[in-house]
Amino acid sequence: MNFENDCRFKRKLTKRGNCNTLSHQGLQDKQAEQNSVKDSYTTHNESVFQNPHHQQEENLTGLPIVTFKWHHVETPYLVIIWVFVAGLAKLSVVELNHHVISVVPESGLLIILGFILGGIVWGADRAQTFKLLPPTFFYYLLPQIILDASYFMPNKLFFSNLGAILIYAIFGTCWNAATVGLSLWGCYEAGVMGNLDIGLLQFLLFGSLIAAVDPVAVIAVFEEVHVNEVLFILVFGESLLNDGVTVVLYNVFDAFVALGGPRIDAAEIFKGIFSFVVVAFGGSFLGIGFAILLSLLTRCTKHIQIIEAGFVFVVGYLAYLTAEMLSLSAILSITFCGICCQKYVNANMDEKSVTTVRHAMKLLANGSETMIFLFLGVTAIDTEIWVWNTGFILLTLLFVFIYRIIGTFLFTWMLNKFRLVPIEVIDQVVMSYGGLRGAVAYGLAALLDEDKIPEKNLMISTTLIVVYFTVILQGITMKPLVQWLKVKRAAHSDLKLIEKLNNRAFDHILAAVEDICGRIGDNWWTRGWNRFEENYISWLLMKPKARKNRDYLFSIFHKLNLEDAINYVSEGERQGSLAFSRSDEAANVDFKKQFGSEFADVMPNIMVDMSNYELGIEHFSVTSIVKDTIPSVSLDIHGQDRKNAMDDINAHHLLQQHLYRSRKHQHRHKYSRSHFSINQNEDEVQEIFQRTMRSRLESFKSTKMGVNPAKKITKHHKKELTHKMPNGHPDGTGHLYGDEEVEGLCVFLPHLIEAGIENPVFLPDMDSPTHSPPWLMETEAVAPSQRAQRRLPWTPNRLRRLAPMRISTCSTDSFLMADVSLTLEEHEEHSQTDHVEM
Amino acid sequence: MGSTNSTLLKIPNVEVLMQETGLKLVAEENCLNVSPAHIIRLHDRFKALDKEGRGHLCPHDFGAIKELAMNPIGDRIIGAFFSPGKETVDFHTFVKILAHFRPVDKDRPKEPNSPEPINSRSNKLKFAFQLYDQDKDGKISRDELLQVLRAMLGMQVTDEQLESIADRTIQEADLDRDDTISFEEFRKSLEKINIDHKMSIRFLR
Repeated sequence: MNFENDCRFKRKLTKRGNCNTLSHQGLQDKQAEQNSVKDSYTTHNESVFQNPHHQQEENLTGLPIVTFKWHHVETPYLVIIWVFVAGLAKLSVVELNHHVISVVPESGLLIILGFILGGIVWGADRAQTFKLLPPTFFYYLLPQIILDASYFMPNKLFFSNLGAILIYAIFGTCWNAATVGLSLWGCYEAGVMGNLDIGLLQFLLFGSLIAAVDPVAVIAVFEEVHVNEVLFILVFGESLLNDGVTVVLYNVFDAFVALGGPRIDAAEIFKGIFSFVVVAFGGSFLGIGFAILLSLLTRCTKHIQIIEAGFVFVVGYLAYLTAEMLSLSAILSITFCGICCQKYVNANMDEKSVTTVRHAMKLLANGSETMIFLFLGVTAIDTEIWVWNTGFILLTLLFVFIYRIIGTFLFTWMLNKFRLVPIEVIDQVVMSYGGLRGAVAYGLAALLDEDKIPEKNLMISTTLIVVYFTVILQGITMKPLVQWLKVKRAAHSDLKLIEKLNNRAFDHILAAVEDICGRIGDNWWTRGWNRFEENYISWLLMKPKARKNRDYLFSIFHKLNLEDAINYVSEGERQGSLAFSRSDEAANVDFKKQFGSEFADVMPNIMVDMSNYELGIEHFSVTSIVKDTIPSVSLDIHGQDRKNAMDDINAHHLLQQHLYRSRKHQHRHKYSRSHFSINQNEDEVQEIFQRTMRSRLESFKSTKMGVNPAKKITKHHKKELTHKMPNGHPDGTGHLYGDEEVEGLCVFLPHLIEAGIENPVFLPDMDSPTHSPPWLMETEAVAPSQRAQRRLPWTPNRLRRLAPMRISTCSTDSFLMADVSLTLEEHEEHSQTDHVEM
Repeated sequence: MGSTNSTLLKIPNVEVLMQETGLKLVAEENCLNVSPAHIIRLHDRFKALDKEGRGHLCPHDFGAIKELAMNPIGDRIIGAFFSPGKETVDFHTFVKILAHFRPVDKDRPKEPNSPEPINSRSNKLKFAFQLYDQDKDGKISRDELLQVLRAMLGMQVTDEQLESIADRTIQEADLDRDDTISFEEFRKSLEKINIDHKMSIRFLR
């Protein structure tokens, strides 16, 4: 009985619940709920209130231990199940695309998968219970996609092509809407479509909703194709902005349709045009306003960095909803909010928050994109919406395609008169072929009012067919077309300092030439804006700290260095030659390999010594120190082979100098709601500081007095080595490359190596004079980098390019300079041969 | 167009100039730009800069342009107008140097035997290169690069940082490892940049 009841119950619920799933996605959205639930509202209520009753009756006999409360969680549960399914779908599609075929773009595959899922639902329910409802789409799926697209918009490229983008987005869209609508109407009047209940205004309304090139579809396809950046920004910017324009246009025509044909006069048309302008520009300005608000907000989040990432989403969404409330263009509002705030937000926020925003944004956008395409497929499996009219559907397809091409060529022809670099014919072909329609068109079609437009279902099915046709067919053929036409692809460029440097130089050159010619050109405006922006806007919207060190070239340089350091570490770890890990078994460093190869050509003599030195270190069980809880260094050398006793003593000394006291509970997890705890306590920092200072002072003193305390060790060490390797050229500097390397890393990657700060060998120490690398002895502090940088990056041997940075952080230090001179003396004393070699 | 012709008469060797630089005398009909053509315009500008009416320009004439004085590499650009050892620039050279910045027009039929146009990619690059290469030895040395960097980055960056940026830049471009950038290396390292776009001025078309 239980089973039977369950089944019935479930069946009922799925049916009712399913109807509302998507509209329920935002639970607070009352309006959406009312619209879609209206018909099933009473039954729904019944199921909610009656069924618990049932259960109570059943369970009257005793206290229920567990109860099945499906209806409590029904709506969120179904939503999350669909999100889960969408995630799986995306996963499988990506995997499929990756391994099996890459012919069909992801978006197309998702739609096809949607067909299958829709078929399953249909098979189970005999009706399509899941649909993509306009409110869900416009309130919960679209905003994050637009925000994502605009937040990551390459600003400079966008604004330098803004004129062209606006022309395409505004006039191109109007052109598409008008021509498609009028041509369809003409054909209808000619009798091609048979008997339909559509007037001119309805045709124009349909034309406006089908005119929009969909950013979601376009990005999905063009990202896979990798066209050149100008072409990409034109198509992408156009599709982003013309969505907003389409919605505005749609609303204007919708109002006209509601007004009815006869009551439209010149004044109303004028009002329509005026409202178009107000809605579009009002939305944009509102978005800019919210961008300012957001930038100001992130200026003040210094002490609560954990939530600042959230503001980006909240304010962005607020911009969208506010515009919607004021009946301004919501899409344009969120677009401009994202575009305008990115620079200041990224500068103001903590680096970690910036990363958080980036990832969360991509996550949300990808998620909704997947949902949208999936549901575009699912929606199709429904007999209710399909109304077939061959003439109407085929003609729409044809007109959409043809007028897109004509429009593109027409507007490009006009634009090319003014453009510095004209848009080439091939690019125009790709642009016109990239006119993919997507979910926005469908959403608008589904929004149509059936009372005013009797042929709503025909319009929906036509829209769906256009969407499928463009996304799947044009999506599939886009890649071959781009290849066949030999469209300039995006040069996959690594970040290069010299390019950025020269770009900067070119800007200055152009500005200067314009000045010499005495004409006000593009660069004059750009420069004027930049100056204004720097002086006033940045001052207002940016943290003073962020303002100071944000020189573009320098940040590029910084980024490159970070990248190299990370690559160095990972590459080293991959080769197993660079054990940075503090594993329990061994915390040893093995620099032999890479130095072997790197310096083999430069200084073959040192190599011998180094390998010997290596022995000295390896014979220690460092583990005992790391794990030691006694606040002092204790080395277990008794168990070791005695023949290296002298080495051991050296190493002991070395370790004692570098090791920091191990402490209990270093890895205690601290939970904090607003901060990530960093594994580093005050004492430790103090200790490091004191040690460093002490050793510096010592070396400083010794230089002054002409005594070299460290000499003893080095000498000692050398004797030992010489003793062991009579052929070898004694040189104590060999091992120090290790420290040098890691020191560079420490300077670079304070965050990365934070965890390892107690590890002795990795500390940025200045104590021993021998620690300055041999090249420092030759010339000025910075000179070595030239030689050091010759090698290409990406292998551990190449960390050398980091050297200048490290030196730059230290070379002003007079203590270090003292060290340098000291080392110089010493090396003159002991190992002249090496210098000659170098 | 009477005034145009009368101005033209004052410009020496105008035909040669047009051929060399590709600058137009009269606005083309399909251009919406109906103002007098480039050379005349540049001649007017030249005369305006040449306040003392000597028929040639001196470095201090350029220095009088207010905006140019604020340009971090303005003096180098002024220097590019003067060939080594010369203190003056006449109109002919003036226009020829500005013609570097004319956008490349693809429609114009290419004559097989014609010399490389002055606004070709490599000529544009050469112009940029010589701004760095102050001692004209065909190589950008580290010091030369440092000077430019210092001018462009200014106060925001410390000397050490500047030096490491310079080192890194040289390293990126330096193929033969002589710690300088030759023109060939310069050209190669900027291969991916759309020079036509970056080194062209629209109104010179």
